[in-house]
Amino acid sequence: MNTKSQDAHDNFDLTEAAAAALREHGFSRRQFLKGSGALVVAFSVAEFADRLGIAPEKMLAQGGNTPQALDSWVAIAADGNVTVYTGRADMGQGTYTVQYQLAAEELSVPMSRIRLVECDTAMTPDQGTSSGSQCHPVNFNQENLAQACATAREALVAMAASKLGAPASDLTVVDGVVTHKSDASKKVSYGELIGGKRFDMTIKKDAKRKPPQTWKVMGRSVPRVEMPALATGRFEHVQNVRVPGMLHGRMVRPPSIGATVGSVDESSVKGMPGNVRVVVKKNLVGVVADKPWQAIQAAEKLQVTWTPGPALPKQNDFYNYLRNHPGRRDAYSVNSKDVDAKLQGATTRVKATYLHPYQMHGSLGSSCAVADVNGTNATLWSSTQAVYPLRSTSAMVLGLQPQNVRVIYVRGSGCYGLNGADAVAYDAAILSQAVGKPVRVQLTRKDEMVWGENYGLPFVVDQQAGVDANGSIIAWDYETWSATLGNRPGNNAPGNVASGLLLGFPPQAVQARAQAPDPQNFDNGNNAVPAYVAGRVGGKNNGTGIVASERVLTHTVPSPFLTGPLRSPARLQNSFAQECFMDEIAAQVKTDPVQFRLRHLSDQRLKDVITAAAKQAGWDTRPSPKPGIPRSGIASGRGVACVLYEGDNGYVALVAEVDVNQDTGVVRTKRIVVAQDTGPISSPDGLRNQLEGGALQGLSRALGEDVTWDDQKITSIDWATYKTLYVGSNVPTIESVLIDHPEAEAMGAGETAITIVAAAVGNAIYDATGVRIRQVPFTPERVKAALAQRAGNQTAQI
Amino acid sequence: MSVFTLKVNGQSHTVDVDPTTPLLYVLSDDLALKGPKFGCGLGQCGSCTAIVNGRAVRSCRTPVSTVSGAEIVTLEGLGSPEKPHPIQKAFIDEQAAQCGYCLNGVILTAKAFLDQNPKATDEQIHQAMSTVLCRCFTTTRMMRAIKKYATERA
Repeated sequence: MNTKSQDAHDNFDLTEAAAAALREHGFSRRQFLKGSGALVVAFSVAEFADRLGIAPEKMLAQGGNTPQALDSWVAIAADGNVTVYTGRADMGQGTYTVQYQLAAEELSVPMSRIRLVECDTAMTPDQGTSSGSQCHPVNFNQENLAQACATAREALVAMAASKLGAPASDLTVVDGVVTHKSDASKKVSYGELIGGKRFDMTIKKDAKRKPPQTWKVMGRSVPRVEMPALATGRFEHVQNVRVPGMLHGRMVRPPSIGATVGSVDESSVKGMPGNVRVVVKKNLVGVVADKPWQAIQAAEKLQVTWTPGPALPKQNDFYNYLRNHPGRRDAYSVNSKDVDAKLQGATTRVKATYLHPYQMHGSLGSSCAVADVNGTNATLWSSTQAVYPLRSTSAMVLGLQPQNVRVIYVRGSGCYGLNGADAVAYDAAILSQAVGKPVRVQLTRKDEMVWGENYGLPFVVDQQAGVDANGSIIAWDYETWSATLGNRPGNNAPGNVASGLLLGFPPQAVQARAQAPDPQNFDNGNNAVPAYVAGRVGGKNNGTGIVASERVLTHTVPSPFLTGPLRSPARLQNSFAQECFMDEIAAQVKTDPVQFRLRHLSDQRLKDVITAAAKQAGWDTRPSPKPGIPRSGIASGRGVACVLYEGDNGYVALVAEVDVNQDTGVVRTKRIVVAQDTGPISSPDGLRNQLEGGALQGLSRALGEDVTWDDQKITSIDWATYKTLYVGSNVPTIESVLIDHPEAEAMGAGETAITIVAAAVGNAIYDATGVRIRQVPFTPERVKAALAQRAGNQTAQI
Repeated sequence: MSVFTLKVNGQSHTVDVDPTTPLLYVLSDDLALKGPKFGCGLGQCGSCTAIVNGRAVRSCRTPVSTVSGAEIVTLEGLGSPEKPHPIQKAFIDEQAAQCGYCLNGVILTAKAFLDQNPKATDEQIHQAMSTVLCRCFTTTRMMRAIKKYATERA
């Protein structure tokens, strides 16, 4: 719980001394739960019990790494209040509230009697990493919390059956009270049945979940629990965490990529106010002072000599660098081995290359962490998406035992994948360890952008398609080059992020493999396989399309910069290339882009989202480009794109309508229509919020976002040098069409719309102007240059 | 170090700090307020916004020495979860946030602008919000909330 509005919920008698003792040991007062039935501690139960004046036997040591135990997930107090524990972090997508809904639904208890404890290695089950592609109930809606709540409900009904002397089938649960269906006087509450005691049972895989068709709390647009606190400045982001005795750190990062520390002149900050301390560990350099402004000034003044690293590849030739890198790893997703022959025999061949740059997560708030490293124990307050993995890697960084490290999740600024949250946790931990006091570190804007986050992947894509005399695609050849370095740190690779790298830990590297083996399993997690091919692996068609002659070959090469899972990693880049190319083929055979897509798909749900988006948009059925394009001034057009995200995790189609100012090259997107089928919908308004935000983030990335560098360093260091859309930008209206499939499995919603915005906008630009732009972002300069090449031709390409 | 008296959210506070300290650090650390946030330290994003004598300022670029005695309002000064200010209520009603980090800058910038320009056109509102950043891109809902408030207060 980290909102002030909810503090009232936790208001119980605790002396100031006891509260201070708790804080000292890494527990905040609000984390002690009165009347939850379980006072939850993992560290030294007896010690805390003693300090609090509570008998140790009344405290339930809970949570931790026993996810099969029901007691790790659900605790019911004597008064019937319910505490549920989740290892899934809400980074702003609304899953916090949806998990309240889920627990209320499965337990038949009102939301007001539930409280949810989120991501704390001392209390909550290990659910690995909370990633945005799963920012939907799948994480908890198929097993885990949902199954735990269903197990608890069945167990409570069984207890009630025994107590009331009636068969369980005659009982019903309303608001946490089990009642006989035909004799309302026979009833017993959850609190009476189990209050304050453990279930001592494991989660039952066959415990019956409530079918979505019967949902009363799930499936509704419940307002987000924390919204009033957010809107009134009461919410505690990790940037707001302050602990007693806390000092302030500031990092001093290398001036260029790969630079190493030569010498550090501590005398350069001697005598500065605030008890300035300098900390150096390998190439990690920082200062600590009493107050933030003192640390900032000391960091600016500290004299460090750096030995420059190797020169960076030239940005203006970078895509060739990717294409020609010798240390690549090759893999086939599909290979029917007849692609060359089919292409040879095709009536028409279409061929094109698409390019996508490095892009940033670009969190609004630079990343921040507070660490309290006290001898052999450490507590970290972090906005990491992975509390247990961070516990493990920060233990490596600190040289401590993982079980002696506690990581408490506190929401940060929106992350969208892998911002500097994990890196800055190591920074704070190292500084705290060096000075023996709690230390807060928040990165500078430049350090967040250059030495905090891991960038989204750059891509080069070559494609070729063959079309027969009927205008049907008969072969699709797809080949990509992308670059990676590092990733999420996982359980054992702190070097996957900047601070770990500076501390000397190696990043995950590309394992070269020049000869790709035949694919053994169909895996379209990166959407490398276009929607329109059959996806034949293992003797069956696994894809969403009908084109039988297919080859998807990917090359991964080492990146000069750290990379990570930026919202829709690789899926967005692949979909941009595929969905624009599909449009090119449709234009080549003079067929309407929607009709052309439907003709080449086999998956009905994917067809349905395209049809729904087209219907809502009032799609003008005709080939692109639009007839009668003016040669100057505003040209208008529409484009479509679709994807089954990750091959199995959310159907989405999107129509974009644009105005292209052919004199300035400025692209203005006027309207976006997005249709989504995500299985049963947990929260319609929450889903719309994700689709709207995803669509506009996708638009910002399509129109302007592009990481730049010179021969030594990144030059995108702030919001003047890394372009983004603002709140006041002229953004399109967004209409979302939600297709509910309560009988289906829940799928993703967080990364669907964003995946296909660049493609739909690129297709709309082509429709409007006859110019195909095959490189993101669609900056005015790039659009203008493409338009200039159009002269004399109806269509031009860049 | 110098002593300054600041009037923040209707209360008087005395702080003893380096006079060059940006107001942001005084608000978020000396006074432990949660509304104003560090985003860029360059005045480019709006996260640190505070209303000083009725005008939205970027507190990360405002030395504390320049606002001594001024009336300063932060997001928590407008209203409370129980009694939100009408503009805060509009944001709650529209569910206009994702991570919520930007709300301080978005709400205070809009409020200060509309207080001074009660009859602002949509285009003027867009202009006023043109250097305020939300990287979750909750833009559509935010503009809806701002326009709702503008209509109500007009």
